[in-house]
Amino acid sequence: MSIFLDKKTRLVVQGITGRDGAFHTKQMLAYGTKVVAGMTPGKKGERVEGVPVFNTVHEAVEATGANASVIFVPAAFSADAVMEAVEAGVDLVVCITEGIPTLDMVRVYEFVRQRKARLIGPNCPGLISPGKSKVGILPGQICKPGPVGVVSRSGTLTYEVIWLLTSAGFGQSTCIGIGGDPIIGTNFIDCLEAFNQDPQTRAVVMIGEIGGTDEEEAAAFIKRKMKKPVVGFIAGRTAPPGKRMGHAGAIISGGTGTAEEKIAALTNAGVPVAREPAEIPGLIRDAGKPKRKPRKR
Amino acid sequence: MKIHEYQAREIMARAGVPFSRGRVATTPEEVEIIGKEFGVPVVVKAQVHVGGRGKAGGVKIAKSPEEAKQVASQMLGMNLKGLIVKKVLVSECIDIASEAYLGVIVDRKSKRPVMMVSGAGGVEIEEVAKQTPEKIHKLTIDPLFGLRSFEARDLSFKLYSDGAIAAKATKVLQQLYQVFLSCDASLVEINPFVTTPKGEAIALDAKINIDDNALSRRPDIEALRDLEEEVPAEVKARKKDLTFIRLEGNIGCVVNGAGLAMATMDLVKLYGGEPANFLDIGGSSNPEKVTTAMEIILEDQNVKAILFNIFGGITRCDDVANGLVESLSKREVRVPIVIRLAGTNEEKGRQILAKSRIVSAVSMSEAVKKVVALAQEGREAR
Repeated sequence: MSIFLDKKTRLVVQGITGRDGAFHTKQMLAYGTKVVAGMTPGKKGERVEGVPVFNTVHEAVEATGANASVIFVPAAFSADAVMEAVEAGVDLVVCITEGIPTLDMVRVYEFVRQRKARLIGPNCPGLISPGKSKVGILPGQICKPGPVGVVSRSGTLTYEVIWLLTSAGFGQSTCIGIGGDPIIGTNFIDCLEAFNQDPQTRAVVMIGEIGGTDEEEAAAFIKRKMKKPVVGFIAGRTAPPGKRMGHAGAIISGGTGTAEEKIAALTNAGVPVAREPAEIPGLIRDAGKPKRKPRKR
Repeated sequence: MKIHEYQAREIMARAGVPFSRGRVATTPEEVEIIGKEFGVPVVVKAQVHVGGRGKAGGVKIAKSPEEAKQVASQMLGMNLKGLIVKKVLVSECIDIASEAYLGVIVDRKSKRPVMMVSGAGGVEIEEVAKQTPEKIHKLTIDPLFGLRSFEARDLSFKLYSDGAIAAKATKVLQQLYQVFLSCDASLVEINPFVTTPKGEAIALDAKINIDDNALSRRPDIEALRDLEEEVPAEVKARKKDLTFIRLEGNIGCVVNGAGLAMATMDLVKLYGGEPANFLDIGGSSNPEKVTTAMEIILEDQNVKAILFNIFGGITRCDDVANGLVESLSKREVRVPIVIRLAGTNEEKGRQILAKSRIVSAVSMSEAVKKVVALAQEGREAR
């Protein structure tokens, strides 16, 4: 099993004729993802890597039964692209695009919420269920199937952690990048909840960073509800306040959103927090060791 | 992006927000002229992008035009928390009956705009939130409906019992929300918003922060950017689509991806070094970006060693290696470089660098250990 994504996922690529859209369509097909349609207004009838292109998402869904979408269109058009996908009835929308204005996302978030679709991102690398399918740009060759779920606000830092896990012999159930923006469709808690339900996942690595309070809320959730061990890492201990550290969401403002607060919250919830990424596989190994519990009769 | 108080004032005034009379000046003589024109005591306020100006000596009251001139001559050119004051705002002094705080932010938790008002005006809202959170009234705004009149009215009556003043404040709250939307702001603030003994309601300060992601569709606001308020290296980096932030240390860092860049800085610190910067060369592989990154880092005389940490996804390791070789051929680099390449085309990248004197490492931890040691040697050698 895996979360949000499986062999039934039928994908439409929005912006398939663009440079990134075309490149990653090829990568996703090679990984085994069922890319059934592409969409670029005015390019109906073309094919990219053999995938038929349509003018609208609605057309693509009607013709191919697509139930998921990935967005590679420029930031100025991305908010509209998300709403188009949701309006066409797609259940899962993964938005890779970086740089969408925050007030656009405020409206999109509300729109998506009301229609009960799932949006992942924006400003994210997407997700991968190793050996099954991937939606987005995560490099498939560093992953392998296994019991560890990975959820992260970052892109390349996620690759680093996946690579460390794979090198240490830990495969992954699903790896998901939820995005570095202040307003994102799917947060840590959504992913933790799904990993909790997923029989393949036996432990979770959660990679947070400075800015906002998502990690603190996730810590509270873990303390209350999480049945599986979680290992944490927080990036940005050395980040100065008031500066946007690349990601629009990675900013310490008004004294909140610091790494210290997040690490304290996770530690308090019983989550071991790695000081450096290289410690993560060891913490997963320790977490997996059976804890002796008195047997009840 | 931050803009100056006088610029925020102009934007809000255009939307209808009532302000005390005020004008911006760059010389003491101008300040004196404005003082004479207003004919009342004035407040002289330094226009720099720092918080807590008052405590740092950036806000002064002057009772006469001559005093205003004298105050301005001290303030203009002064160093306020690292920034040089080049402009001051001169505004008339107002008799104050009450002070309030009015603001709108994007609230990450509710994922909606939140309007906040407080009767505890004049102090930083973060302080009020910490000390007396019950004095802040919050309204979460539905982005699909916007701020409705009755909601603005509700908030106003939380601050004012006088119907006439509440009506004025209601209007200002609506104007403030319009400014928030039309500027693509991440924050708009009036602090303080005052009432006078005569029953007027006036804004005495204005602050607007803009969402950087929206600047491409707000060229009029981008034009308000004051480059003198920014670190020159950060401006140069932004022009080349790089995110660069200068720090105090001596180890230059070049990383692809913001999260990995932060984690790399943290690791430098953990292993006893000090990062000189945050630098994200981004997702696309472009040798030119590496060349620019090297230029910017080498301008910093504190840098004793440079660390490249590249995890190739979209970024191709051979492109980064090519960029590095190119910049090394263009200029003499006096400091040691450690590079760690992993992911897409890592082998090709390593081959390209094999003949250079660059130290290579397989893991992030190994690379950081090496660069910290080299920076240490570099410091001792001096």
